[in-house]
Amino acid sequence: MDAYLTAIAIITAIYVLLALGLNLQYGLTGLINFGHVGFFCIGAYTTAILSEHGVPLVVTFPLAAAFAMAAAWPLGLVSIRLREDYFAIVSLGFSEVVRLVATSERWLTNGVQGIAGIPKLFAGWLTGAAQSYAVLGLLVVFNILAILAMLRIVRSPFGRMIEAIRDNEEAVKALGKDPAVFKIQVLVLGAALAGLAGAVYAHYIGYISPEQFLPLITFQIWMAIIMGGVGRISGALVGSAILMLFLEGSRFLRDVMPFISEVSMASVRLGAVGLALILFTMYRPQGLMGDFTRK
Amino acid sequence: MTLSIQGLTKAYGGLRVVDDVRFEVPAGALVGVIGPNGAGKSTLFSLITGFLAADAGDVAFEGRSVGRASPMERARAGMVRTFQVPREFTHLTVRENLMAAAPSQSGERLIDTFFRPGRVKAEEAAIALEVAETIAFLRLEKVAEVPAGRLSGGQKKLVELGRALMTGARMILLDEPFAGVNPVLIEELSVRIQELNGRGIGFLIIEHDLAALNKLVSTLHVMDRGQLICSGAPDAVLRDPRVRDAYLGGAAA
Repeated sequence: MDAYLTAIAIITAIYVLLALGLNLQYGLTGLINFGHVGFFCIGAYTTAILSEHGVPLVVTFPLAAAFAMAAAWPLGLVSIRLREDYFAIVSLGFSEVVRLVATSERWLTNGVQGIAGIPKLFAGWLTGAAQSYAVLGLLVVFNILAILAMLRIVRSPFGRMIEAIRDNEEAVKALGKDPAVFKIQVLVLGAALAGLAGAVYAHYIGYISPEQFLPLITFQIWMAIIMGGVGRISGALVGSAILMLFLEGSRFLRDVMPFISEVSMASVRLGAVGLALILFTMYRPQGLMGDFTRK
Repeated sequence: MTLSIQGLTKAYGGLRVVDDVRFEVPAGALVGVIGPNGAGKSTLFSLITGFLAADAGDVAFEGRSVGRASPMERARAGMVRTFQVPREFTHLTVRENLMAAAPSQSGERLIDTFFRPGRVKAEEAAIALEVAETIAFLRLEKVAEVPAGRLSGGQKKLVELGRALMTGARMILLDEPFAGVNPVLIEELSVRIQELNGRGIGFLIIEHDLAALNKLVSTLHVMDRGQLICSGAPDAVLRDPRVRDAYLGGAAA
């Protein structure tokens, strides 16, 4: 049970890292990114492939974030000036392209079979429970650093400007400031966090394949920030926890409803998360922690 | 000439909503544009400020052609507009709305935010002083810490004017600054505009409230169906039969 809880905490912490990035993009800037999983995928594959070739993890982790940023930048350059709903579609397409490349470029990614035997974090130093705790500890450190960076951003003139962009982009232009410049930076920063999350994920699970990077992951992160509270850093934390509660909690549905078969369980769990989202939008649309609207 | 509008034209399909409009706004002048609904006044504003691309014609500001420049470049050149329906930053306070408008802040660069916090802080303090002055000038002290989305229509117009002032603009284009504003505030706003004009800021104002505009401006341009039909001193323009026909006649009937 202890190992199970640690595992859930690790996955939750990975979701928090992803949610912090999306919260910066959507919650603070109003950027509708439907392709978050693409950067997560790039981070995971970057570190998996490099470490397979013997590159040490202290190098592959920063590179995972850097590669995700390097993908976000040109994507931002070509598409960030589109109307927000069109950018949403382009970003969704981008993440699907990333997944399809991972599927078809077998020489690099081993295609649908995926990459197995990705070295575990802290292998050689720690094993068993201690290793899991160390991974969790590393994630906590990453999350704290990310939160500190977010706080610094929110309280800066940069943070004020991205919130202004969220509130009214045309007015920002009328003041002589280019919203695109800010939105690209926000896209790239969020991608860095997603890339880093992907790196931890790859080494924690030890095996990655394209089907782990379906758009569903993006929408789960969206659900997390909507349930937690859009535009709130605490919302990203709480929302990820609620998401995990529903994803994992529904696992125990079979104890009370034994008629649910093993195969239909996956759908039932998704249904549970969907129901949670519906209940939240009905009864607490601002999310558990409240949204960016000030009291 | 500060602002020179040189044959601006915009058509949607066969309909010319702005048709070869040309006039000049001298430095530090207070100029009004009137005309019935649908005359093309707001479209003209968007063409001048670059929010819409003109089909023909050019705009020159302080001797430089800006007709191909983006809205951002035109604003940075010193020509800033407000909107008919106020576009306040809803969730930012009035103070933050004005702070955001200050030009070229190093704190808007992430690198400085993280690695030169001292410099950013010093700049913020300087901007805060300027904002406090502007807020006092516009009599917005009582609502300074209120999210701008909660203000009345008139107060939002003041916030937009305040933001334009914070950019350091030398020419401000106001799109219906008196619409939906209570009469006391209109009087107040007119006085502010005159004071600012006294400091050398030029104004081009679109307005429906002829009485308020009449007192304020030195020159009036009248538009009807996309065309400039009459220009001159307010009293003379309002007596012009073409204007009565297009605008006042219609209103009286």
